[in-house]
Amino acid sequence: MALDVLIVDDSAAIRKILQRVLRQTEMPIGNIYEAGDGIEALAMLEKETVGLILSDINMPNMDGLEMLGKIKSMDAYKAVPVIMITTEGNQNKVMEAVSLGAAGYVRKPFTTEQIKEKLTGLV
Amino acid sequence: MSATTAAAAPTREEIVEWVTHSTNEVFSTMLGMEAQFGEQFVEDPGKGLTMGVIGIIGLVGEWTGTAVVSCSSPLACKIANTLFMQEYPSVTDEVLDAVAEMTNMIIGNLKNSLETKLGQMGLSIPAVVFGRNFATRRSGKESWYVIQFVVDGERFDVQLCIAPSQAGVLTGTGIPRIMTLA
Repeated sequence: MALDVLIVDDSAAIRKILQRVLRQTEMPIGNIYEAGDGIEALAMLEKETVGLILSDINMPNMDGLEMLGKIKSMDAYKAVPVIMITTEGNQNKVMEAVSLGAAGYVRKPFTTEQIKEKLTGLV
Repeated sequence: MSATTAAAAPTREEIVEWVTHSTNEVFSTMLGMEAQFGEQFVEDPGKGLTMGVIGIIGLVGEWTGTAVVSCSSPLACKIANTLFMQEYPSVTDEVLDAVAEMTNMIIGNLKNSLETKLGQMGLSIPAVVFGRNFATRRSGKESWYVIQFVVDGERFDVQLCIAPSQAGVLTGTGIPRIMTLA
């Protein structure tokens, strides 16, 4: 069964790169949805069901950490893996993401292999 | 003594090393391209860049500043070609998005290094300017670090101006700014 994915990043370039990387994996990827911040992502999750979320941390309007907390409080998404992909090097923010339920963390810049490796263990 | 005055300014050598490391890492990891270090120098404020593709991003914290990443339009297209695996013969919105993201990643990683000395910082949303025969002016009184690279035979520059926030925010005299004039 194909896996639907939500990519959350305020950078159109990163959303495009991640789309390409996901299509290059051998995983059965279905629909790929995009959101530019946490608010758009939560609105998207009201309409669509996804099995994997890739998200930036630093975004305008609602950042990735606040969004992660809200997603993990939703019954339908408690078990859905959320991977944070960010330039953020602040260890406190990384630890906060983990404590909020992030399934993994990839630092930008990233290679295609790093993303594939992170996904392989999760889905 | 306040936290601002306690923070020691990074040396020129540290800034050059951090910019070089960050630029090399982003080019090699995201693009599989080499950014060869060219030269580095310090420039006074005043007249800035006049053509090409320019990414601008602000740094805010106890220290505040502006970083500028610039390259020619052919190099911007090459970056987008490699990043998106798609041909861009001329500068499009997607090419500008690619340069904005390169700016974000290079300066985002530089920020992580700066934070080890200057405390926590935030980044603004990057803006990109493209064209020729325009005028830019670097206002404020702070000097700019200019670090030049060569990528695939083309120039790629990173410029940084940074100063303690108090100097700029409280007196209104030292905030490094860049303005683009039509």
